[in-house]
Amino acid sequence: MRSTTCWAVSTKTCAVQALRLHFLDFNAMPLVLRVPQKMLSESTSFIKGMLMGGLFCLVVSLIGNFGMGGQSNVELHLHHHLKAPSKEELQRMPEAHKLELSQKVRVYCLIMVQPKVLVYWATAKDTWSKHCDQAVFYTSESAKALEAVDLQEQDEWAKLRKALKHAHDNAGDLRWFFMARPTTFAIIENLKYLVLNKDPGQPFYIGHALKSGELEYVEYESGVVLSLEALRRLVGIFEDKDKCPERGHALWKLSEEKQLAVCLKYTGVFAENGEDLRGKGLFNSKSVGSLISNSLALNTQDVIEGCCSDMAVTFSGMSPNQMHVMMFGVYRLRPYGHTFHDSLIFWPPEGSDND
Amino acid sequence: MSDLQKSLRIRESLLPPASDVIKRLGPGAVAASYIQLLDAAYDTVEDGDELMAKFINTLQDPGYPPLRKSHHKRKEKEGTYFHPEEAFGERNRRRDTSADELASFITGESCCESAGRGAPGEVGGHQNWKVEGSALINLSHRHLTGEDSRMADELYHKVRILCWVMTGPANLQKKARHVKATWSRHCNLVVFMSSEEDRDFPTVGLGTGEGRDQLYWKTIRAFHYVLKNHGNEADWFLKADDDTFVVVDNLRWVLANHTPEEPVYFGKRFKPYAKQGYMSGGAGYVLSKEALRRFVEGFRTKVCTHTTPVEDLALGQCLEKMGVLAGDSRDTLHRETFHPFVPEHHLTGKFSKSFWYWNYCYYPIVEGPQCCSDLAISFHYVDAELMYLLEYYTYHLRAYGYHHRYQAPLPEGMDKPPDVKKDRPVSEIAGVEAAAVVKGEEKANKTEQAGRDKQASEKNRTHNQTEVSKEKRQ
Repeated sequence: MRSTTCWAVSTKTCAVQALRLHFLDFNAMPLVLRVPQKMLSESTSFIKGMLMGGLFCLVVSLIGNFGMGGQSNVELHLHHHLKAPSKEELQRMPEAHKLELSQKVRVYCLIMVQPKVLVYWATAKDTWSKHCDQAVFYTSESAKALEAVDLQEQDEWAKLRKALKHAHDNAGDLRWFFMARPTTFAIIENLKYLVLNKDPGQPFYIGHALKSGELEYVEYESGVVLSLEALRRLVGIFEDKDKCPERGHALWKLSEEKQLAVCLKYTGVFAENGEDLRGKGLFNSKSVGSLISNSLALNTQDVIEGCCSDMAVTFSGMSPNQMHVMMFGVYRLRPYGHTFHDSLIFWPPEGSDND
Repeated sequence: MSDLQKSLRIRESLLPPASDVIKRLGPGAVAASYIQLLDAAYDTVEDGDELMAKFINTLQDPGYPPLRKSHHKRKEKEGTYFHPEEAFGERNRRRDTSADELASFITGESCCESAGRGAPGEVGGHQNWKVEGSALINLSHRHLTGEDSRMADELYHKVRILCWVMTGPANLQKKARHVKATWSRHCNLVVFMSSEEDRDFPTVGLGTGEGRDQLYWKTIRAFHYVLKNHGNEADWFLKADDDTFVVVDNLRWVLANHTPEEPVYFGKRFKPYAKQGYMSGGAGYVLSKEALRRFVEGFRTKVCTHTTPVEDLALGQCLEKMGVLAGDSRDTLHRETFHPFVPEHHLTGKFSKSFWYWNYCYYPIVEGPQCCSDLAISFHYVDAELMYLLEYYTYHLRAYGYHHRYQAPLPEGMDKPPDVKKDRPVSEIAGVEAAAVVKGEEKANKTEQAGRDKQASEKNRTHNQTEVSKEKRQ
């Protein structure tokens, strides 16, 4: 932002300069000489203007660096990467605090469905959504076979707004919100692990963070995580028709994931990239099969190392059958004799047999 | 021979379950009707490959996407799936193995080319293997980040497994190298068996041809080779294909309740053609040391010979003759551990009742999530991508803090390693356990108790089976 103001200032300065010189000298000259003279004087004044603007720019940036510059750079860095807690960090925690966290880290899942993707809807219902503390399906129109909150809305952004508002009003004592489409597969326990030592009373907006121009947003396809505070602020700004309109500006339509980022930005909430301790992304917008294929094609020494994190939270673009296999792979298939002494225990859900 | 005599001969020669199938035909039935009924029930099949191919073409529900048709087609093109006539094509170097060759093979005169034993090779850098001749010896058991693997380490030393992988020159880079990069690293020793020696991979050269008709020859020679060269380095001997995925740690869990002196072998048990059934070749099978000794002895004494290229069936029949028991490899909830197809198929596929996979399986088929044990041991028809994916699912991806529904009981004679928590001050234990876990502890105790009860009753059952030769099916 600083660079654009800088250039604006310098061009403005040089325009001012050119105008001033023009008025001073011009009227005193004979007509014949006026034209080439005018050109010469304007070019020199242009150069003078540019030099002054450039100097001004330099001075401002120097002042900026010594002042606030350092701090805001660090802030930006913190905002971008959000890492999972380390084992040592968790072990150092006093028991009372751990207990408090285990009660706080409960997730409300918003799953945005439509009858068009009925088979994915059914699969999500039968697989990963059972591990949410509360899973609510929000649909654009109701389907006879499956239960959902009918928002009666076709526009994606409007659907999102209504769903988030509904979740906010019905959250009960749940403090974390996970929003995804049923074509995504999520491992909720790993989501809980990621946000384990983060305070939901602070605003958090986490997922696979991407940048579009100046806007940093969380990719919808790989799931969006919001803390209670972030959701509260979001619902607040929904009321503001200028900053966060429902129908969007007529000229161009932002995708709903970007709209979300814009609205949140107005409330001071920024997108963060969820990562494991090694910096590997936990939110994937591709299927696990294609990620493995890519790693294999690159002929890496260790195909799995080049693929995905052990604590991955989401994958997207898998077929319903592949999601059932992932369910088996995540919650059941394991080698005997290898145990992990995790700091918390999550119990299997009632009335389920595929996990 | 009159038709009546024919019918009589047929009835006499049939063993269960085939005899059950024809029971409903009266003694006066025409021979042709027996044949017809048997064909309908069993059909003719060469081996697992053909079974799979038929499965693809007959089983699919109309709405179900065709499973691995491309795999089937690919195999046809490669020439590894074919009719016997095609074996003589220039791609397959066919060796005419006669009775004399077999005899000399048995006496050890002309066997397998291998780099031979002698000075151990270089340590395989990051892979933590020692190359000794054609065998890859694991120097240490693999560990995962942040895990407590004491139990797995103990089993690694207690239950030593030699894995040999059936492969061929054409498949080394396509298939065998993925096996080498994934599950075979968890074996105590691994040997890759091919028709030709390859010093770089490395593979043992069995001195046979390639192709389906050579499968049993390769198997016979491979087992002779491992007993001769590595008999003292392992207790159990696993055979797998280059498209089989094996979770070796889970295999150790099943085998830990047995000793290598028992004449027993485990795998995916099939019913027909042998009294006690036999184990599917593609899903992998494992022989105890005693079973392997008896197999080799069988060939020495000519009790066993090369009867058919259908290696899994032939091996099963030989072992039965030598008094080796076909073991029950299911977990304590009676769920299968060895699987002849890919996980997707077992977990989501529906087997039509007229398909004869139903008639082949020794134990009742379960469809859906309970088809497969949490401690699954093998899957078959696994391509390269799926190899790494299964390795990722088994050894890497997990749900943090998740308390598994199935708590596998400890194998006999093993003690639970001292609980890490005991080293921490009492207050620490109280904190987490108390509130968040109280309900769960009761649950955990209940499932553990149920597991132990089931294991106790299971022990009794297998004990009975060992004593009584007549098999009883559940």
